[in-house]
Amino acid sequence: MAGIIGYGVSIPRFRIKTEEIARVWGKNGAHITSGLGVKEKAVASIDEDSATLAVEASRRAVLMAGIDPQKIGAVYVGSESKPYAVKPTASIVADALMAGPDLMAADYEFACKAGTAGMQNCLGLVLSGMVDVGLAVGADTAQGRPGDALEFSAASGGAAFLVGSKNVIAEINCTYSFTTDTPDFWRRQHAEFPQHAGRFTGEPAYFRHVVSGAKGVMKKAKTKPEDYQHAVFHQPNGKFPERAGHMLGFSKEQLQTGLVTPSIGNTYSGASLIGLAAVLDEAKPGDRILCVSYGSGAGSDGFDITVTPEIKNKKPVVSVKQLVADKQYIDYGLYVKHRRKLKSL
Amino acid sequence: MREALPLMWRNIAERYNLIGTHCATCGSNYYPQRKVCPKCRRKGQLEGRVFPGKGVILSSSQVFVSPKGFEHETPYWLAVVELDNHAKLLTQVVDSADDQVKAGARVEVVFRKIYEDSHEGAIAYGYKFKVVPGGK
Ligand SMILES: [Zn+2]
Repeated sequence: MAGIIGYGVSIPRFRIKTEEIARVWGKNGAHITSGLGVKEKAVASIDEDSATLAVEASRRAVLMAGIDPQKIGAVYVGSESKPYAVKPTASIVADALMAGPDLMAADYEFACKAGTAGMQNCLGLVLSGMVDVGLAVGADTAQGRPGDALEFSAASGGAAFLVGSKNVIAEINCTYSFTTDTPDFWRRQHAEFPQHAGRFTGEPAYFRHVVSGAKGVMKKAKTKPEDYQHAVFHQPNGKFPERAGHMLGFSKEQLQTGLVTPSIGNTYSGASLIGLAAVLDEAKPGDRILCVSYGSGAGSDGFDITVTPEIKNKKPVVSVKQLVADKQYIDYGLYVKHRRKLKSL
Repeated sequence: MREALPLMWRNIAERYNLIGTHCATCGSNYYPQRKVCPKCRRKGQLEGRVFPGKGVILSSSQVFVSPKGFEHETPYWLAVVELDNHAKLLTQVVDSADDQVKAGARVEVVFRKIYEDSHEGAIAYGYKFKVVPGGK
C-alpha cells in the first residue's frame, strides 16, 4: 500500500478583490466576480516566490507526517513561475527541509499539473521500493498581464504531499493520465506573461482533458461518480470545475469541500493539490476521493484515493480554511508593487 | 552586491534552518554562529545545533529609510527576537499587523527571500519571523 502520509499548504496573506482589479480597468466588477466565480485572489508579497511557498508547504507536510526529513528520497517541485529559469527549486526545498544530500530531485514543468505529475512519480518510486518517502510540490506565483482576463484569477499558493508506505492517511488506489498536444496556453522563453487562446481554453482543452482524465481513472478503479464522497478538479476559476463535475455526473455537494479558487484565485500548480488538502482536512476514514488536475499543453492526471483510519492520528499544521481566513486586503497600487508589474521595480 | 556568492552559499545551512552554535561547557546558544564562546573562551566546547523556530520579540523598530536593496520593502519591521533556547537574533518581522509587532509578542520562523543582487542575480533565501496572534 502506498499513499499520502502528510501534506501542507501555503497561501500568501495578501488578497486583492476581483472588484478592485475591475475598477482599475473600467470593467463591471460584480459581473466579472459572478462570471468567473472568483471573489478575490491571494497575492504573494515582494519577498515570496514559488520557492518560498514550496518550502513553507513542505515544512508543514513534514511536521504533519512526523517523519525524519532524512527519510525523503525524492523531491519534485512543479511550477510554471520558477524563481530561476535555470536552477532547480527542488534543491532549495531539499536543503530547507534538511532532507539532503542523499536524494533525487528535479523541477517539473507541465503548466498547472506539474505538481500532480510529481505525485505520480513519487507513487511509482515508493511502490517500486526505490525510495521510502517522496515529496511532491506544486507551487506558483502566477502572473497575468495587466488588463488581461487572466489577471482576475492568476494567484499565488502551493501545496506539498509526502508519499510513502507507512502510516498512510490516504491510499492512492490508482492513477491515470490523459495527454495530447493542445496549444491552449503558453509562455515562450524570456516572455514575462503567458499567452492564451481565449475561448479555445475551454472545450478542447480543460473540459476534454479533465473529463477524459476522470473517466480514465474511474474505469481503471472500476468506480462510478456516486462511489465518491468528494471530487476535486483543477480550478482555474469557480465555474469550470462545477461544469466538468456536471458533465461527469457529480453533484455540487461532492465538489464543494475541495473548491477553494473562489476565495484565493487560481494557484496554478497548487490549485488541484490545495483542493485535495482542503478535502483531506475534513475527510473521514473510508471516504473516497477523486482528484483530477489539468495542465495546459495539455493533460490531466487522475487519482482514485481512499482515506484510511490513520487520518484520525494526523492533523494538518494549519488547515486550508485557516489559511483562507488569515488575510489582509491590498489595493491595485500595492498589488502592482508586490508583484513587480512595473518595469522599474 | 552585498555579499560574495561563496559567502552566501556557505551561509545556506545556517540561514535556511537556524543552525546556531551551542556551547557544551556553559550551555549558551549563539546566533549567528561563533567560533569562540565569549564566556568560556578556551574552555568552550562549541557545536552546531538546529535552533527552535519560535521565540519572543524583545524590541522592535519600523524601518522607513532602508539600506540599498531593500527600498521596495519599506516600511518594514526589524526586531531582536529571543528564541526559546535564549539565543538572540536580529530579524525582519513580516506578515503581521503593525499593532502586533511589539515586545513580548510570540513569533515563529518563516522562509522568505532576503535579497537579490538584481533581476538576473542569485537570490538569497533565509529566515524572517511572523507574529503568532495569541501565540504561546
Ligand atoms: Zn560557553
